[in-house]
Amino acid sequence: MSRIETADVVVIGAGIIGAACAEALSAAGMRVLVVDRGAPAGGTTAGGEGNVLLSDKAPGPELDLAVASRRRWPELIESLRAELGDEVARVEWEPKGGLVVASDRDAMGPLSILAEAQRAVGVEAVDLTPGEARAMEPYLTEDIAGAVHYPGDAQLQPVLAATAMLAAVRARGGEVRGWTEARGLVFDGSGRVAGVRIGDETIGCGAVVNACGPWAGHFSVAAGAPIEVLPRRGMVLVTAPLPHVVGRKVYAADYVAAVASSHVDLQVSAVVESTATGTVLIGSSRQRVGFDEALQVEVLRRLARSAVKLFPVLAGVPVMRTYGGFRPYTPDHLPVIGEDPRFAGLWHASGHEGAGIGLAPATGRLLADLMCGREPEVDPARFRVDRPAVMAEVRT
Amino acid sequence: MRRIVVIGAGPAGMAAASAAALHGVEVVLVDAGAKLGGQYFRQDALAPGDRFKLPSNVEHVANAAVWAIEPVDGGHRVHLRVGPADGPARRGRAVEARALVLATGAYDRALPFPGWDLPGVYTAGAAQALAKGQGVAVGDRVVVGGTGPFLLPVAASLIGVGARVVEVAEANAAVTGWLVNPVGALAGWSKSGELVRHAGTLARHRVPYRSRTAVIEAHGSECVESVTVARLDALWNPVPGSERRLEADAVTVGFGFTPQLELALAARCRVEDGFVVVDAAQGTSAPGVFAAGELTGIGGADLAASEGTVAGAAAAKFVGAAVEPPVRAMARVRSGRRFAAALNAAYPVRSGWHDWLRDDTIVCRCEEVTKRALFRAVDERDVGGVRSLKLVSGAGLGLCQGRVCGRNVAELVGVDGTGFAKRPIASPIRLAELAEEEPVETPVDAEESGRALGVEY
Repeated sequence: MSRIETADVVVIGAGIIGAACAEALSAAGMRVLVVDRGAPAGGTTAGGEGNVLLSDKAPGPELDLAVASRRRWPELIESLRAELGDEVARVEWEPKGGLVVASDRDAMGPLSILAEAQRAVGVEAVDLTPGEARAMEPYLTEDIAGAVHYPGDAQLQPVLAATAMLAAVRARGGEVRGWTEARGLVFDGSGRVAGVRIGDETIGCGAVVNACGPWAGHFSVAAGAPIEVLPRRGMVLVTAPLPHVVGRKVYAADYVAAVASSHVDLQVSAVVESTATGTVLIGSSRQRVGFDEALQVEVLRRLARSAVKLFPVLAGVPVMRTYGGFRPYTPDHLPVIGEDPRFAGLWHASGHEGAGIGLAPATGRLLADLMCGREPEVDPARFRVDRPAVMAEVRT
Repeated sequence: MRRIVVIGAGPAGMAAASAAALHGVEVVLVDAGAKLGGQYFRQDALAPGDRFKLPSNVEHVANAAVWAIEPVDGGHRVHLRVGPADGPARRGRAVEARALVLATGAYDRALPFPGWDLPGVYTAGAAQALAKGQGVAVGDRVVVGGTGPFLLPVAASLIGVGARVVEVAEANAAVTGWLVNPVGALAGWSKSGELVRHAGTLARHRVPYRSRTAVIEAHGSECVESVTVARLDALWNPVPGSERRLEADAVTVGFGFTPQLELALAARCRVEDGFVVVDAAQGTSAPGVFAAGELTGIGGADLAASEGTVAGAAAAKFVGAAVEPPVRAMARVRSGRRFAAALNAAYPVRSGWHDWLRDDTIVCRCEEVTKRALFRAVDERDVGGVRSLKLVSGAGLGLCQGRVCGRNVAELVGVDGTGFAKRPIASPIRLAELAEEEPVETPVDAEESGRALGVEY
């Protein structure tokens, strides 16, 4: 395949969000070049669990995006299968449902209120007694006050999902270039984006999408249009393959509070689920430590404790590995999706924190709708770039 | 207190512990084995006593798995579980030190070939460990394949425990060539005498030793019943028509060694071309972290011990002991590295092995990933890095965490394999063990270690 010298759109970042944007743009007929300074799908996307969750979001713009995305994922997988075949479209999609567990009466109150509010906007959320919850997940601790079942929660394998979408981009005449760093933007006389500098080369294009995930803040500074996207670190433990112990995505009710928090300090709440290969994934931690990758045993220790508390049967199970990464955090916990008010033709799609896998297809579609002037399915107003929480001052 | 932690009690680690201890430093010497010596000096685990004795200020922690190294202010915290790996009661310990010596060694590399996943196929190191440590032969009729001088002691060990070695298949030029004609870069190598002895053992037992030959397939329904060996051209492609079938119930393969890098990577040491980069004092790029032995380059036990002596002295100096530069050991390191370089150049692994594989040959045994599945993942999904390669193909995600397959898979698909060695959890640990609080012994005093402590040799 010959290398693209000009493109309609250059997407910077080949993670799940960049891949979803590129997929939606190429589906709209655009010629797309995706570049990534590392391996495609090798950063935050490879460090995620593959959450496609409705349960952890309170009614509001993010839940609206999540609902649209949850609807979109199976359609998208089906269309990729028709276009690329079963093997490439294999993303280990599992509409397994989620179970949120309250360990005591204090946790049950807020969980019931959240579930009630979610039901009011159309999310399926079923209140369960401890007995009903244990009937669904027989290995769950007996020590619970109640639970809520969310049949709409799902899971997929994020690297498979991102690489499948990128394969579609290539099949439609686009290109994906790994190990290629975008160094800055080129503007035309009117101040509109006209290209991207990649090494010594300039790729002419009509628009650029900043989909750099936790590094979106860095790229925005290099582009001269800073936005406030910060890294937040998360770790996951992986056990040896087990016979079936955990059926759904099971997590403690305090997870919702941790997701919505802004704390710099370590927050840990149990999220336990099994994967297609039989391993059990144990999350989740959140910590703002910049891009410091050093191992912190205390984080792993607290993950282990919280998982054993939820599933005591896991106590004797060996942990095989741990992985993690940096997630793109915005101060108001909402993604940034839209055109930059400072430079026409510069777009941002980032800030999804730990929800990027789930929110990817609706994000890609929203961005493509806005770029193509179509009526968007989801109200874009709350994701706009020029909101005070996101528009950073130019740091010198 | 002046204290260092040495990880690994093979030739390098024992030398490092002794050198540091002689300078008055307390040493915690941690090792997975029941006794001192590591793989090279593997002792009979069941016999009483220990053939090695270390100075009294060395605490030897046997049967210990280092499952994590964590950077802390002023040094590192080494997390251990002590006790038999499969036992129910491993005890947790966390030891802090301002200086560490990593002497984690290497394990032998097996190249895949059709049938290599049959019971009866062993790595050369495993066969030797069973022979030396337990007195057990892996089979009655064994074919020894691979490359390098290591094949000779493996074959000799097998003979020593009563196996019949059917053939030794050396994929490169014959080791015996430079043994009988000791000129050139390897002249004067200290191991020559030992190898001549092993070669003599093979000759006495009429074991055929064939160069430019490899085991390219193992056959059998339940376990190995026979193997195919073939002549190789210079790039290790099998020469058509040269195939021979040999009856055997076991095969051992050893194609050089892969350093055990995960702890070095956890301590953030720089790695280049698959080995830890060290300076003349065996210091790594991470302050206070020293490396010795096969981690820094494959060179054998004598070189490892010399490097250990240098590393132990440098670590002692780092924590404030008065240390004279160990000039004799340093000179031995320099000459040892020359032999090692010549030896490694004489026994390369050539890319022809890629074609020994068939499409359905398994490349990752834990996750049963075939060559076909691996290449489909790479081609159809255009994967370019280790992390995404693992997640897309499954290779390296299983119980061995890429220790067996990582390097081979990386070479097959053309990516840098170091990523496979990133294992922040360096050895499996049960969730309940991980959940348990460990008391931290001798926490490093960040203020005390704030002094600039250069190592100047």
